[in-house]
Amino acid sequence: MNIVVCVKYVPDAQAERTFDASDNTTDRENVDGLLSELDEYAVEAALKLVEESEGEVTVVTVGPDDAADAIKKALQMGAHKGVHVKDDAIHGSDAIATSLVLAEAIKKLSAEAPADLVITGMASTDGTMGVVPTMLAERLGLPAVTYASELTVDGGKATIHRDGDTSTQTVEASLPALVSVTDQINEPRYPSFKGIMAAKKKPVQQWGLADLGIDAGQVGLDAAWSKVDAFAARPPRSKGEIVTDDGDGGTKLAEFLTSRKFI
Amino acid sequence: MAEVLVLVDHADGAVRKTTSELLTIARRLGEPSAVFVGTGFEAAKEALAKFGAAKVYRAEAPEVTQYLVVPQAELLAKLVEEKSPAAVLVPASTEGKEIAARLAVKTGSGLITDAVDVQAGDGGAKTTQSVFAGSYTVEATVTHGTPIIAVKPNSATPEEAPAAAADEVVDFAPSDLARGATVTDTQPKAASGRPELTEAAIVVSGGRGTAGDFSPVEAFADALGAAVGASRAAVDAGWYPHSSQVGQTGKQVSPQLYVACGISGAIQHRAGMQTSKTIVAVNKDNEAPIFELVDFGVVGDLFKVLPQATSAVEAAKG
Repeated sequence: MNIVVCVKYVPDAQAERTFDASDNTTDRENVDGLLSELDEYAVEAALKLVEESEGEVTVVTVGPDDAADAIKKALQMGAHKGVHVKDDAIHGSDAIATSLVLAEAIKKLSAEAPADLVITGMASTDGTMGVVPTMLAERLGLPAVTYASELTVDGGKATIHRDGDTSTQTVEASLPALVSVTDQINEPRYPSFKGIMAAKKKPVQQWGLADLGIDAGQVGLDAAWSKVDAFAARPPRSKGEIVTDDGDGGTKLAEFLTSRKFI
Repeated sequence: MAEVLVLVDHADGAVRKTTSELLTIARRLGEPSAVFVGTGFEAAKEALAKFGAAKVYRAEAPEVTQYLVVPQAELLAKLVEEKSPAAVLVPASTEGKEIAARLAVKTGSGLITDAVDVQAGDGGAKTTQSVFAGSYTVEATVTHGTPIIAVKPNSATPEEAPAAAADEVVDFAPSDLARGATVTDTQPKAASGRPELTEAAIVVSGGRGTAGDFSPVEAFADALGAAVGASRAAVDAGWYPHSSQVGQTGKQVSPQLYVACGISGAIQHRAGMQTSKTIVAVNKDNEAPIFELVDFGVVGDLFKVLPQATSAVEAAKG
């Protein structure tokens, strides 16, 4: 089974994330980055599947030079090879353009060895839109089974469980298919020392837009179909009243709620 | 006046509150036309009329609920082509965002997700989003195609504006691709009897500090008529279901009042609740980061503070 996992290199959510004031895009220069935490679950899900049967896991990312770190982490976890699509023209791409680049990269990979399964995380931890997986499926003409909290592949079908608000569902799709997974699906492994050493020898291809037959005018900030007009740091919340419970903390809490008309 | 399509969120015709919010927002941009997919239209019609749907396009394809989101995206794409609406509004639920994603690619349109406000602007609908765990607000517009906007719950106060809700049946059959992902089993969850987490006006959440006992959290929530949420730590420990998780990888809530009980307030959690109007916390640790966010905080044991507060609320209600 050939599995392609799409991953994203994101600014660390623990750091002070901000925007680049010159073009209103996410600041990726001055904030340390890493493999999006939610993508680790996708890598782990793919590794489990090939370990149970056989196959190869290819990790694809779109991003600047530093994004190679996201591929490296996935290779250290056990993925077999990587593809890094980078091109200066990609800077500022919206989700629509990102899905185009990923789709063309997967098509190029599939020309060599068809992908049976494309696995993604549920969302990135920076943009958090959660729409790229579905856009990718739309572009590849694949059925998408999304927000999987369990995944099994058997008899040419992918079957998932998804944990909804009012029900849990079982959903199945014939392969090839796209699956997005939640953080409930597994416990991602830490790279072992052996994995870290082995990753150094694993192949990583670098592709530009020309390799994918994409015109630079189709991607990037100028081609984005939505535009950030302004951004502003949220004013810090003014520090409220803090009381220490001396036996009447609950009463004081209720008094506060009454004063704000919640009771 | 240009039409604005609003995808109706409903269960067999029981219309959710988000739909009345979307209809209210749609009236700022043009004339709302509801899009109703599934069964139960007769039950839904009154609610749609009450909040201003001039028209309702409906496709009562009973099999639609067997498939994931693609049929809705295909129907909306057909309507976008035929009606050239000023915008399409969908709820920013997981399903709504997936529908919006497919619709954007199908129609060559820009997409904005998780809008917390939408207003009419010179260049079309002007949206506000809350990003980076609620630490920034962003104003954005769609510049290509038909603006497709996924709007978060509680982004508008529903306002009644009676309209005709004249229904028009749309001739529509899902494609083969739409039948590609099939729901083979659905297990309903036991209803808690509490409001839905993302729609609730008040949310009371519990975390590690509950040590697995959510009973004081639930009792306080019930006294306030609130929904119950949980931190990731509590969910990972198996104390509360994942569908109740508030945070980056769970639900993002923005209620009038958020009460965090035994929750330290890590970035993961703040991402899900930081935009709440009023924030209250109860925590034993006076250095917990949650206290940086609160309007009112009690440093104390939630097992003592919450029952006392619950009694006081119940007494006040008489």
